[in-house]
Amino acid sequence: MKIRAQVGMVMNLDKCIGCHTCSVTCKQVWTNRPGAEYMWFNDVETKPGLGYPKRWEDQEQWKGGWELDRKGRLRLKAGGRVKKLLSIFSNPDLPQIDDYYEPWTYDYEKLITAPLSDRDPVARARSQLTGEEITEIKWGPNWDDNLAGAPERIHQDPLTDGIQEQVKATYEQAFMFYLPRICEHCLNPSCVASCPSGAMYKREEDGIVLVDQEKCRGWRFCVSGCPYKKVYFNHRTGKAEKCTLCYPRIEAGLPTICSETCVGRIRYLGLVLYDVDRVEAAASVPDERDLLDAQRDVFLDPEDPEVRARAAADGIPDDWIEAARRSPVYALAHRYRVALPLHPEFRTLPMVWYVPPLSPIVNSLETDGYEADPDQVFPAIDSMRIPVDYLANLLSAGDPEVIRDVLRRLAAMRGHMRKREVLGVHDEEIASSAGMSVEDVESMYRLLAIAKYEDRYVIPQAHTELADRLMEQQGTCGLDFEGGPGNCGMVVPESEADVEGFMLSAEGPVELDIVKMANGQRRDEGTAA
Amino acid sequence: MSAGDVLLWVILPYVAITTFFVGHWWRYRNDQFAWTSRSTQLLDRRVLGWASPAFHYGALAAIGGHVIGLCIPESLTASVGISENFYRWFAGVAGGIAGAVTLVGFCGLLFRRTTSPRVRRTTSRVDILTYFLLTVLIVMGCWMTFGHTLFTSDPYNYRSSIADWWRSIFYLNPDVEAATGAPLVYQLHAIVAWSFWALFPFSRLVHAWSIPLQYVGRPYILYRRRYGSRRGLI
Repeated sequence: MKIRAQVGMVMNLDKCIGCHTCSVTCKQVWTNRPGAEYMWFNDVETKPGLGYPKRWEDQEQWKGGWELDRKGRLRLKAGGRVKKLLSIFSNPDLPQIDDYYEPWTYDYEKLITAPLSDRDPVARARSQLTGEEITEIKWGPNWDDNLAGAPERIHQDPLTDGIQEQVKATYEQAFMFYLPRICEHCLNPSCVASCPSGAMYKREEDGIVLVDQEKCRGWRFCVSGCPYKKVYFNHRTGKAEKCTLCYPRIEAGLPTICSETCVGRIRYLGLVLYDVDRVEAAASVPDERDLLDAQRDVFLDPEDPEVRARAAADGIPDDWIEAARRSPVYALAHRYRVALPLHPEFRTLPMVWYVPPLSPIVNSLETDGYEADPDQVFPAIDSMRIPVDYLANLLSAGDPEVIRDVLRRLAAMRGHMRKREVLGVHDEEIASSAGMSVEDVESMYRLLAIAKYEDRYVIPQAHTELADRLMEQQGTCGLDFEGGPGNCGMVVPESEADVEGFMLSAEGPVELDIVKMANGQRRDEGTAA
Repeated sequence: MSAGDVLLWVILPYVAITTFFVGHWWRYRNDQFAWTSRSTQLLDRRVLGWASPAFHYGALAAIGGHVIGLCIPESLTASVGISENFYRWFAGVAGGIAGAVTLVGFCGLLFRRTTSPRVRRTTSRVDILTYFLLTVLIVMGCWMTFGHTLFTSDPYNYRSSIADWWRSIFYLNPDVEAATGAPLVYQLHAIVAWSFWALFPFSRLVHAWSIPLQYVGRPYILYRRRYGSRRGLI
């Protein structure tokens, strides 16, 4: 076991009003510059809809993420390393910019420089790629916002594959919700695995996935390797860019700009402790529907004193461990089990999770005479097969039971609080019918409905003073703490031991220190012990 | 040996070689951010799918042919029993295929770059110069392979002339006579090639040195610590 901390996010889709404030503030901060015009590190999609880029969820088309080979081993869906190198001159799976949209601006100057005329001057659209005039804009950011153009396009939503034709036609009347998306900062990032240059990496301290702009050589495989299509190619600089989880803010203990400015207060940020040694096995479980539980098993319970001791031994600072205990992300994903990963079947173990929306279902039920009373909603959820199947395609690898379970908990929370607040009745029945205690239901209510700033964002500051201590651990295997297996004493260059492995720490095999034993104690060459 | 000969066959090569190495050293140290393939595939997928692999694979094969032809002396191949005639046909056929594939791919890329407005707009002045030199080199290379080696009754044996001069540069004893005796097209090809090498470190061509072969033996997931090591490796 090797414990690391990861900054994760949960978004409560029930409360997203689709205002795009997150997208706009993110763009102002990060992608408001030449070459990045089309990039949205954060975007908000209307579901059902095509998404951005179009049909990004269809991995039979884009070949992003991982799959299992015949022997059940994890491999990149786009093919092995040699195949990648051979197709490096023309990436067969790369989206074209039209799959996102052709960025444009307007001739604003025309409005003030036009000569006197009977007609108002017009600012025409101009492509930011060619500088030429665009007479008809055919696609743009959020082109299908709020189901715009849905009758023509809704059947192209990959999530409606396998759902019957007559059902699709009623979607636009019955069902719509927003899906805000950022980079998932996965535990098993396929973009990192796809990068031939080794320019992409996951930070050990907080799990943020970044692109080294100096090392990136523009081979473009990260763009196609990411199943969420959240790595973008800057056509001016020729380098890849992606959501940084606003790491300068996170390091200072502040929420990301998308979270900070979210008017619906739907976002939660917090730490999750996880066992890095179990990541590969969790991503390799044979049945896609087991991936959710496998990922939950990788998470470690910060209330467990053994986990805390181990985490401290692995170099996680005490205030980080304390922050992990108060983490809203761990609470929603693991304790209350209402948050779910986006497309777990991509096998990247994503770390931005979603509370599925209850409202559209309940709203449409209420018009049929139901109320959000679990006694009535439970059977109704089961009869509302269509949205549950759709949500299952999005959040649970197609398993409707997982969605039903979450929706029952959310409905139970509403029913319980309604009885308590409106009728003044304390009823333990509702909570237990959803398999929860009253305390859990009420603290979940505080987190989801009251959603105080300090409860939503529990972000410990980065420890710059530990830079040297982390350095000392370089090349160690982290198993020789008190009571641990302690089998790191062999005089084996870790470079040899690790090179066959799936994952590699720090810089690279050649740059790791050689571990030596001296007087029964481990010493790292080159560092003062 | 005229002053012009010394300029073309002694000074130019050494200036080009110096520029090549110093230029790379300078660029690698100071300009990592622009060290990239500058791919335009995102902007326009058209033509690139076949033209880019054709050009790159053809060029790699042609480079291999140059290495064999220029670095290995004729005496060495003769001593292991490879006749001049056999070598000529081998070099002509293999080089002809490589040259033709490169040329076709290059034409495709040129067509794409000039006809696609999105791609054309990304083309810098250095790119235009690079494309110009590549055009000259590839066309003359194909001309020599087809006109002077394959489809001719009187094949020209560059290995006993211009190749000797090329190697003599690296022995620091340039054999100017070996070069001046070659047909004009061979001489021009060599001179343009030296300009090409001098331009190399300042163009997008530097991405050739970043072929990520290390990817094959690398673990999939890479971690880095936030704080760089004291040795400054990251």
